[in-house]
Amino acid sequence: MAFDSTYTRELPLVDSRSSFAEIDDTVLAPTERKPSKKWFVAFLMANTALLIGAICVGYTLYYGIGMWGNNNPVGWGFDIINFVFWIGIGHAGTLISAILFLFRQKWRTAIARFAEAMTIFAVMTAGIFPILHTGRPWLAGYLLPYPNQNALWVNFTSPLLWDVFAVSTYLTISFVFWGIGLIPDIALMRARAVSGIKKSIYAILSLGWKGSNRDWQNYERVYLILAGLSTPLVLSVHTIVSFDFAVSVIPGWHTTIFPPYFVAGAIFSGFGMVSTCLIILRKVYDMENIITLNHIEKMNKILLATGTMVGYAYGMEFFIAWYSGNPFESFVFINRAFGPYAWAYWIMIACNVGFPQLFWFKKIRRNIGITFVLVLLVNVGMWFERFVIIVTSLHRDFLPASWGMYIPTMYDLGILLGSFGLFFTLLLLFVKVMPSVSLAEIKAVVPGAQPTHHHHSEEH
Amino acid sequence: MLKKILKLDEDLAKDGPRSSKVHSVAALFDTPDEIIHAAAETSNAGYDKYDVYTPYPVHGMDAAMRMKETVIGKFAFLAGFTGVSLAVAMIGYMSGFDYKNIIGGKPFFNLPASIPIMFELTVLISGLFCVFGMLLLWNKLPQISNPLHDTNFMKYTSSTRFGVAIEASDAQFDVDKVKSFLAGVGGKDIEVVYYPEENIVPQTPIFNRQFIYTLILVAIVTALGTYGAIGKLVNILPFDWMHNQFKVNPQNTSTLFKDGRSMQRPVDGTVARGYMPYEYTGMPDSLVKLLSNPVPMDEKSITRGKKQYNTYCSPCHGYFGAGDSRLNGQFPNPPTLHSKKVREWADGNIYNVMTNGQNTMPSYAKQISRDDRWAIVNYIRVLQRAENAKDTDLP
Repeated sequence: MAFDSTYTRELPLVDSRSSFAEIDDTVLAPTERKPSKKWFVAFLMANTALLIGAICVGYTLYYGIGMWGNNNPVGWGFDIINFVFWIGIGHAGTLISAILFLFRQKWRTAIARFAEAMTIFAVMTAGIFPILHTGRPWLAGYLLPYPNQNALWVNFTSPLLWDVFAVSTYLTISFVFWGIGLIPDIALMRARAVSGIKKSIYAILSLGWKGSNRDWQNYERVYLILAGLSTPLVLSVHTIVSFDFAVSVIPGWHTTIFPPYFVAGAIFSGFGMVSTCLIILRKVYDMENIITLNHIEKMNKILLATGTMVGYAYGMEFFIAWYSGNPFESFVFINRAFGPYAWAYWIMIACNVGFPQLFWFKKIRRNIGITFVLVLLVNVGMWFERFVIIVTSLHRDFLPASWGMYIPTMYDLGILLGSFGLFFTLLLLFVKVMPSVSLAEIKAVVPGAQPTHHHHSEEH
Repeated sequence: MLKKILKLDEDLAKDGPRSSKVHSVAALFDTPDEIIHAAAETSNAGYDKYDVYTPYPVHGMDAAMRMKETVIGKFAFLAGFTGVSLAVAMIGYMSGFDYKNIIGGKPFFNLPASIPIMFELTVLISGLFCVFGMLLLWNKLPQISNPLHDTNFMKYTSSTRFGVAIEASDAQFDVDKVKSFLAGVGGKDIEVVYYPEENIVPQTPIFNRQFIYTLILVAIVTALGTYGAIGKLVNILPFDWMHNQFKVNPQNTSTLFKDGRSMQRPVDGTVARGYMPYEYTGMPDSLVKLLSNPVPMDEKSITRGKKQYNTYCSPCHGYFGAGDSRLNGQFPNPPTLHSKKVREWADGNIYNVMTNGQNTMPSYAKQISRDDRWAIVNYIRVLQRAENAKDTDLP
């Protein structure tokens, strides 16, 4: 071999050749010991945010959505911004668990479980917003096509209905994907449990999984099929979310670049959130050997790639606005960059396109502190992206007489805070009660976990 | 209370007593190479009812155990096909047949717009059938009370080591032979697994009869409560403040009036607007002529009469009342309006013919208003005078 073999060598997926027992002990420690003070402080903070959100939702339900800043012409405000933001966060989990699985990216095993849990919690959080946005959430049943006494069926040509199907399918499939991944790990927790009550609970949740190879064979095939189904599903979900905008005739929304642009943005924002949470998790629970610096670096590379794709989309929107020769289109984009909401636009550009370019440098990719700051900025930037798309496209209507400004009320801000509260409350509970790394998957990629090849040659 | 819970916790943690009935003989192995070797040897020795237990799927194990390819992929395809068919049938029936709505001038069943939902349902049905099929049909789960659970063997195979268990139901099973066979292929910690004394399941308090009955009761109450609540909520009128106002609606009861009707009967003899009674129907001409013309003969009424005459009367009577119909004999031509009889008629007689009809001429009371009929009378008088003009009429 002429070239240096270290050049093509895969970086180790788990540091320091951890034994299976060590991996079990590390990953299951949070579920087996009493939570630390730090956990309680974090839980209290998340719960406070959740409570503030719940109060604001209560006001909204009692007095109606007049409590929000939505107005004419800006009919879509924080409600839809938050919906798109949270749905986007979910996409990283499915990308890690399904797409990277199909590409045989073994490093995904350390972060897949946690990212999948994030997907489910993010989609649950997102689902609240369109339902509140309808104004009468108790009538949300009419969103589904069921035979009702008014003899009405839903409009199957509306992107808003596609959303209902896409988001509920996405939540269901993500949930079963996550659920079957948990079964073998819960079976292990059952075998380890000291407490009898816990043992009974785990016995039921694991469905009596034995880990027999005849079971594994079907299990692995189903996992592969689910990965194959989830891959187009995750792409379809944000595509359909982008249709909510692209199918309309509003300048700034009515563009064909929206589906790929939204999907890239969703993965970008999702990886931002996964990184934010994992950096904290690995530190707090001493999982640095399992969620290694190599993982952080790989995620940073994906952030760089998707961030640049999003940057390309921003540029292409401006190019098309000029190239189409449509005066309304070019007005919207010039207004976006230099109009009254220019501050939001430049926050978006800086956080999504500017700062992630620092990830070109290996030193920065492998620096936890800088990475943490940058991924926080990505979260901020991606929230502002949705703000810019929705608010700036709406606030300048075709007629100057119908121009307006959008100013969120404290109820808008409270519900946004509450959505973070809900998400982190669920996440903290998950980390406490379930293994946040897939043990069955990570053990399979530990060096020496798979048979060497001489047995195969024996058979032939 | 706390003591009771702690006691329960301790009881549940204890392993139940085992009977003397053998379920299987199990052996542990330390490395993946060893277990692959052992699996291949067990298969070669002709054992049929055995399985390999590993904490994670080990590559090449299916081949070593000589297992057939799983058919779950085909099952997933069928489920996906069912999903897409279901979506086409649902959308086709609902929007193409049962509730046709024109949306953007597109066909009622709009295929391109249906593709997102067709795709989502394919994924949903395929994914769910696949997962639940794998768990329930192929892997026969949930099976919480397998005798292998709560053994030393299972403690290791779910976490750090690998194991083979040959079951007593195998045709060539013999405890001692199997033990020595497993030792021969390198098995360690060989263990005979017995069936539990009684099923573990009934011992667990969550399978306690009282608990299950309570659970069923709670489920029924919750289900009925939810059903009732949803039934109430879904039937709330979306915008009822416009429908229900503080006012009396017709056809409803009212507390204000003695007879309790919100809509009172009109006073006797009330004449509705535009419904003036006409009392001359069927009377001889000599009486009808007493009916006098309330519309004065002036330029305004003549102009109006001319317009209405040309619209309603002229097709049969001709523009100048000569009876020269433009209908090419579809109806018999009427007599001229310039006859002596008509000229000598009072205004009331002409009005009566228009109101009630005569011979083949139908009533025009529905088409022409009362005042317009009198205006037409005035115009007919103008035509008659013009046709029979005297020298003195000239200025």
